Order: sequence, then structure tokens, then C-alpha cells
Amino acid sequence: MTEAKTNMTRKKSRKQSMFLAVLKRILKNPVSCIGLIILLILILSAVFAPLLAPYSITEMDYDSIYALPSLKHPFGCDKLGRDLFSRCLYGGRYSLSLGFIAAICGFTFGQVFGIMVGYAGGKVDNIAMRICDVLQAIPGNLLAILISTTLGSGFGNTILAMTVGGLAGSVRSTRAMCLKEREMEYLQAAKSINCSRATIMYKHMLPNIVAPAIVGTTMSIGGTIMGAAGLAYIGLGIQPPLPEWGAMLSAGREQILYYPHLMIFPGLCIAVTVLAINLFGDGLRDAIDPKLKD
Amino acid sequence: MEQNENFLQVRDLVVEYTSGGQVVHAVNGVSLSLDRGQTLGLVGETGAGKTTIAKAILDILPNPPAKVRSGEILVDGQDILKLSEHEKLKIRGNKIAMIFQDPMTALNPVMSVGEQITEAVLLHNDFTRTQAEARTVEMLEMVGIPGQRYVEFPHQFSGGMKQRVVIAMALACDPELLLADEPTTALDVTIQAQVLEMINDLKTKLNTSMILITHDLGVVAETCDNVAVIYAGKIVEFGTKRDLFKAPAHPYTLGLFDSLPKMDDDSKELHPIPGLPPDPTNLPRGCSFHPRCPRATEACSREGEIPMIELSPGHFCRCIRTGGNN
Repeated sequence: MTEAKTNMTRKKSRKQSMFLAVLKRILKNPVSCIGLIILLILILSAVFAPLLAPYSITEMDYDSIYALPSLKHPFGCDKLGRDLFSRCLYGGRYSLSLGFIAAICGFTFGQVFGIMVGYAGGKVDNIAMRICDVLQAIPGNLLAILISTTLGSGFGNTILAMTVGGLAGSVRSTRAMCLKEREMEYLQAAKSINCSRATIMYKHMLPNIVAPAIVGTTMSIGGTIMGAAGLAYIGLGIQPPLPEWGAMLSAGREQILYYPHLMIFPGLCIAVTVLAINLFGDGLRDAIDPKLKD
Repeated sequence: MEQNENFLQVRDLVVEYTSGGQVVHAVNGVSLSLDRGQTLGLVGETGAGKTTIAKAILDILPNPPAKVRSGEILVDGQDILKLSEHEKLKIRGNKIAMIFQDPMTALNPVMSVGEQITEAVLLHNDFTRTQAEARTVEMLEMVGIPGQRYVEFPHQFSGGMKQRVVIAMALACDPELLLADEPTTALDVTIQAQVLEMINDLKTKLNTSMILITHDLGVVAETCDNVAVIYAGKIVEFGTKRDLFKAPAHPYTLGLFDSLPKMDDDSKELHPIPGLPPDPTNLPRGCSFHPRCPRATEACSREGEIPMIELSPGHFCRCIRTGGNN
């Protein structure tokens, strides 16, 4: 029994160390490390926006309408004299959470259904794939616009719009991974020792195919933020006065020739976020590749 | 106790694979029976359908592409193919366990080996986790793997050790029927002997029945009670070990023995069976072995099933040229 106990502790430490090993490998790679640091700064500044922001997001200063960046207003002010720096900080809350939630929803849905479809095969697979065909026949952006116009704009609907567009693709790619994996003998072995279907799918199959999907999801966060910004730009998505980055871009476009800073700073926020996520995602892909165990 | 005598009965099993519109006739009407505590050897060339028979017995053939067309598989009098998924669960693993042929793919690459065995133990016993883990360590040590390697992953094991892990997993639930699919093929000779001894010990201890799939006739001689020779998805000869080794009757069985080196034979070359196994999508008419058979006559290629002939009690042969005609 004592032996078994030491086993238990050993195993726990092993599980922890797997997580640590991935982290260590990310930190070893300077590029992904930079990505992670930028991402953390962005997230923290969004979380602590109320403490960091010098002004309120709706506070209007009539003396500094269209003010250029200065010490008083580091990013300048918009046409109503609202401080752009504060709005960018707060904007991170909407843009980042939108990107992360939509990506996680898409990931979860894609994994759960993709595995079901891929493992079931046969008719189920056929029907599901035809549904995916239909969904994928409509361009993702168009679908997002369609959903936003039908259901109306707003935070929740924007997330929904951004998620639905990518669902078919993520189900399809998970299913493709399953097809490769379902012929493997260890799944038959799992069946032969009496594992239930759910156990086989989610305990045995999932960990084997989840790595590329995790990486794909991290990459897609950037795309989602861009997509949501696009929606906001054409007047759908998150509405003013909420300072979502895309909405700010959209508001600034009227004055692009005279006051380009109105677009430069929110645009820069988006660009830096997407860049950071892509750098991090690249490192993550290398770190969780099981073939690179050290 | 008639139930106990015929623990496993397979009747007229037909399994087909469909691939790209072609139908592969993998198993064509195999019937066999196995008593409790007995070992049956399935011998045959690669692709003869041995593994498919074993997987059909567990009902774990991936469907599609595999499909059991007809037949019955009775375990303890119950037809496995007719049971619901829920009832099958009681049989799989508990009564029947399988040692898979390829240890490289039979282990889940992302779970530690101990975890994989523990899972099997937990599913079949009312053990607490601690008990199950203790049992796993015990099983690992039984197959000669130190207990502290519990937490390691399959890629950290050598091929032979992986094979032993697979064996430990199959034996962990004390099955009543063990389907051993070439359990020793990946092992070196010393370990091979150990593993066979281990399996034999378990058999006598627990009165486990076993189907041993192999193409090593030496292994058959060492472990089996009965032997079935499979060719192109059919049993061509069935008998006790003694029958088969002393008086092989089917030309294919004779060919198998001829292709083995012998101690008392001075000839410089072995005599392999000429040709290749038939294309399972397009089996020859009549006896599937006739294109390669040295004794084939015109009658052998005639349409129709070649019947099994009982040469002596318990010794069957599927050849029209044997059984007195010779």
C-alpha cells in the first residue's frame, strides 16, 4: 500500500511536471516568450484598466477635441474629446474577452462534435459533413454579418456571430484527425478492456488529437479579434460608446486624413495583440508536440 | 456442465472488409470450439484472417470497413453478436481479453502505461484507486517491468517491454479466455520463453482458455492442445497437436512443415510453398489452395465448397485428395 501511495504522489508530480515542461519549453523559445509577455501585459492592462486609465471612457474634454498625442493625453483624444489611451485600455476588455470566448467556444464545440462524428463514422459522419458543407458554402464573414444583422449587435451576439463562422471548419478538422486515429489499435484495445464509448472518445482519443486544435485555436483568437473589429467597422458588432478596438477604428475613419492617430492607436492595439498571439501560438505548437519530449 | 465444456464456440463466421468498392473476403465460414482451460493455436500465413477471427470474437472490428456477414460466436452459451452493447460490456475484458499483435500501436501514446493498466483493473473490479494501482504495480512486476516505471509513457519503453505491458494489461483482469495475437513475435527468444511460461502459468492457475495466434510452429508445439490451420479465411486442417505434428494431412500443412529447417534433414535448401496467398478480393474457385498445391487435380478447381473430412476422431482436413484417396 505504501508503494502505491508513493506511486500516487509520483503520478501527481508527473502530471504537474507535464504542464511545467510545456511552460518551460515555451519560455526557452525567446520568440514565444516575447509573445507571452506582450499578451500578459495586454491582458493585465485590460483587467486593471480602471486603475490604469487616467480618464473615464465617456469623460469629454471640450478643450482637447481631436487633440494630438501629448503628455496629458498619451494617445490623443477623439472627436468628443474623450481620452483615447483610457479607451484603448478599456477596449482590451471587450476585444480580448470576445476573441478568447469565441475561440474557446469554437474549440469546445469543434472537439466535442468533431470526435463524435469522426468516431461514429458511417451515416452520422456523412450527414454531419453535408451540414458542414452547407455552412462552409457561405463565407465566414458573410455568415457573421448575417447573424449580426438578424440578431442585432451587442457583445453576446458578436461572440455568437464570430463563433458560428468557424464551427464547420473546426468540426471538420477534428473529424479528419479522428479518422486517422480511429483505426489505431489502442482504441480497439480500449474497447476490448470494456471502456465505454464516451471514455474511448474523450479519454483516449481526445488527448491524441487535441494538440493541433489547441494551437489552431490560439491562432484563431487573433483572427476573431480582427473579424469582430471588421464587424464593428461596418457598424455591426459592439456599439459605441463601448470602446471596442474595432469600433474605435470605425469611428476614427471619418477623420483619417486629418487626425490619423484616431485609427493608428486602436489599430496598433489589434495588430500587437494578433502578433503576440501568433508568436505565442507558434511556440505552443512546438512545446506540446509529443514527439519533442526531452 | 455442458456449458463449461464448450466455453467458446464459433459457427460459420464470415467477415468481410469493404474497401474502395471491393469486398475482401477475410474470414469465410470458420467454425471452431474451445473448452475451458484449453489452448487452441491458429496457424497460417499473413493475411489468412487469424487476427480478424480474434477481433470478431471480441466484436471490436472497426465497422466500417469490417462487417460480420453471418455466423454465431457463443461464449458460455451466449451469442456475442446478438448481445446489446451494454451486455457486451460484461463479456469484454471480464471474460475475454486480448493481447494485441503490434505493441507500438496498441498502447495509447499520451497515457502513462500504469494509468492504462489501472484503467482496465478499475473497470473490472470493485477496487479503490489505491488498490488498483497496487495491482497494476504487481502486474508490471510479474511481466518483469520495475514498478517505478508506472508513470512512464509508451515511447519510453522498448518494443519488447511494450509487448509485456500489453500482456500485463490483458492479464490484469484474470480473463477466462485470452486471445493472444502473436504475443511473442516482437520479442527476442529469451523473453519469448519467459512470456510463454508466464502465459502457461496463468492458464493452469486460473484455468484460462486461450487462442494463440502465431506463425511459429515451435510456439504451437510448446503451448497448444489443438491446432487449426487457416488458409484464405478458412480452416483447412484441425486437430490435436499430436495429430497435426505426427500426421499432417492437408497439403498446405505439409508445406508449412516443409518450409521449416529440420535437425535430421541433410538437404541444403528449405522447401517453401511456391506462390503467394490468393487475392482475398478474388478467391480461386473450389479449394482456395489449389493454385499452389502440388497435388491439385482438375477436381480441386471445380465450383463448390470443399467439405471437411474427419480423418480420425477430432482430426479434420479440408481436402478432397486426402481421406483414403491418396
